[in-house]
Amino acid sequence: MEHRRNAGLETWLMYIFLIGSTIAVLYPIFMMLMSGFKTNAEIFGAPFSLPKSLNLDNYKTIWTTTDVPRYLLNSAIVTIISVALLLVTGTMAAYAISRYKFRGAIMVSMFFLAGLMLPLRLAIIPLFVQMKSMGLVDNLLGLIFIYTAMSLPSTVFILSGFLRALPGELEDSARVDGASELRIMVEIMVPLITPALVIAGIYNAVPIWNDFFFPLIFIQTPENRTLAQGLTTFFGEYSVNFGVLYAGLTLAALPIVVVFIIQSRRFIAGMTAGAIK
Amino acid sequence: MAKVELRGVNKQFGSVHVIKDINLTVEDHEFVVFVGPSGCGKSTLLRLIAGLEEITSGEIDIDGARVDHLAPARRGVAMVFQSYALYPHFTVAQNMGYALRVAKEDKAVIDRKVREAAEILQLTEYLDRKPKALSGGQRQRVAIGRAIVRDPKVFLFDEPLSNLDAKLRVQMRIELTRLHRELNATMIYVTHDQVEAMTMADKIVVLRDGRVEQIGAPLDLYNTPDNRFVAGFIGSPAMNFFAGRAESVSDAGVEVALEGGTRFTFPCETPGVKAGDVVEFGVRPEHFSIGGNGDGGSDGALKGEVYAVERLGGETYLYLNSGSYRDIVAHMSGDAPISIGDSVEIGFSLARSHLFGPDGQSIR
Repeated sequence: MEHRRNAGLETWLMYIFLIGSTIAVLYPIFMMLMSGFKTNAEIFGAPFSLPKSLNLDNYKTIWTTTDVPRYLLNSAIVTIISVALLLVTGTMAAYAISRYKFRGAIMVSMFFLAGLMLPLRLAIIPLFVQMKSMGLVDNLLGLIFIYTAMSLPSTVFILSGFLRALPGELEDSARVDGASELRIMVEIMVPLITPALVIAGIYNAVPIWNDFFFPLIFIQTPENRTLAQGLTTFFGEYSVNFGVLYAGLTLAALPIVVVFIIQSRRFIAGMTAGAIK
Repeated sequence: MAKVELRGVNKQFGSVHVIKDINLTVEDHEFVVFVGPSGCGKSTLLRLIAGLEEITSGEIDIDGARVDHLAPARRGVAMVFQSYALYPHFTVAQNMGYALRVAKEDKAVIDRKVREAAEILQLTEYLDRKPKALSGGQRQRVAIGRAIVRDPKVFLFDEPLSNLDAKLRVQMRIELTRLHRELNATMIYVTHDQVEAMTMADKIVVLRDGRVEQIGAPLDLYNTPDNRFVAGFIGSPAMNFFAGRAESVSDAGVEVALEGGTRFTFPCETPGVKAGDVVEFGVRPEHFSIGGNGDGGSDGALKGEVYAVERLGGETYLYLNSGSYRDIVAHMSGDAPISIGDSVEIGFSLARSHLFGPDGQSIR
């Protein structure tokens, strides 16, 4: 009986801790979401109260009078293309490193690993010069290339771990079945690492979506701004209207949250892969 | 179906020589088992035939055509792997039809062939399932089905039953034998389990350290092993070995003295040993006669003390020590009235015993 009661207490303490951390994480997001529906007067009058009604005026303001939709589109283009490019090239690189024995394989993987350790921002001046000479400054394509290159090391690192764990007999079996190396990779091996692809995708999509630094340096014309960068100018303009600001922030956070919720099952499956046999 | 011929096949991984000059013929329709302890190169040899590894030198022919430079799929072989190697994200039908799909076979043909194979293996009702939803035995059958669908010249099996539990293994063993008869196919089967080898093979190839130790029909290997290694490897429980000395060699044979004063003349035509050589005398557990019972005969006997008895109902195994000869295993049918601590006499007949020279070769 004694033992049972102890176990109960432990469980309760754990629940309290988990509920507490959940509130700590979710409350600011909840506040942001709610404040987006409030008027300025409501926000200042009763900052912690719920909005009086689901007032969409703030969103209307954003949609009709600001450039936020444009920024959203730019961010979406940059993020989606970068992640797609990243996963394709990352998978190919990781596949070669982890499934084939060749001279210099270790060198190549070390090269990618080095990319994880070097702060790219230190090389911003030469990078700018290089991008300028290629005509990629103030161009979304420039951002896409930078993000792809920047995220490649972590992607290769994550994917090669998963690819290495796949049994070699699958490959042999497909070879006996007559499949080409490309076909083995695309049809047999890569589908088996979808959880890893989801992890690598989300892991890199979030910082790309939220990135402020590279657009600040490489993007000049307002039409090419991405969301994070655009929101700062928006902060200046709307510093008096907090409702609109919160609505803008909510819009900025929404896509990633939605993607995460949709893919969370796979994400978690990937994170815990191999933990339980 | 086809004949497989290996001529002077060698394989080196870097400086490690794993397959050493193998010459071997697998006849059409034959069921050949490669057997040997782990690390003997049997799986590598199979992979060389499959084309999953390249040979360092030599020649491999299948159906009269040289294939050692061809890709696996063009050799006309199908392989069943130890881990089954089913594609987890494909259904059973897709797994079985994959090779045909890669070969751009017509969809209707693929469907028909998959159904036929599923019929043979009683898998029809599982065709739409993923491998994950199948039991071990069913997965194994899918792996075999995948091979059948391709209608290969040669089936290659790499320890296909070692992941199954004991009961299922016996069942699949019988099933594979039936399949071999039905398909009338050439099959090469790798195992470390000599029981599988004995029960399934038309011909066994015993390998050790990348070399062929002996090739022959199961009972030939059992009755007339070429050397001590084969004698010890084939048969379960393993043969008992007694170190002794060749006292003299004459036309009648080799006079052997065992420890404890047991002496006998082992009849042989070409002794290959001289007086004073150290020899080993081998008797299988089932060829002893205990306390005058059994058909072991009485050309000689050893006295031993029983330290363990295993009663299986239909048979009994005795474990004895006799002087410096330790861990002797003797088999008796039925339940023997012998208990631990008993001193018993185990007799042997020379006709069913073996003698090995200092080089480990059989003296016959």
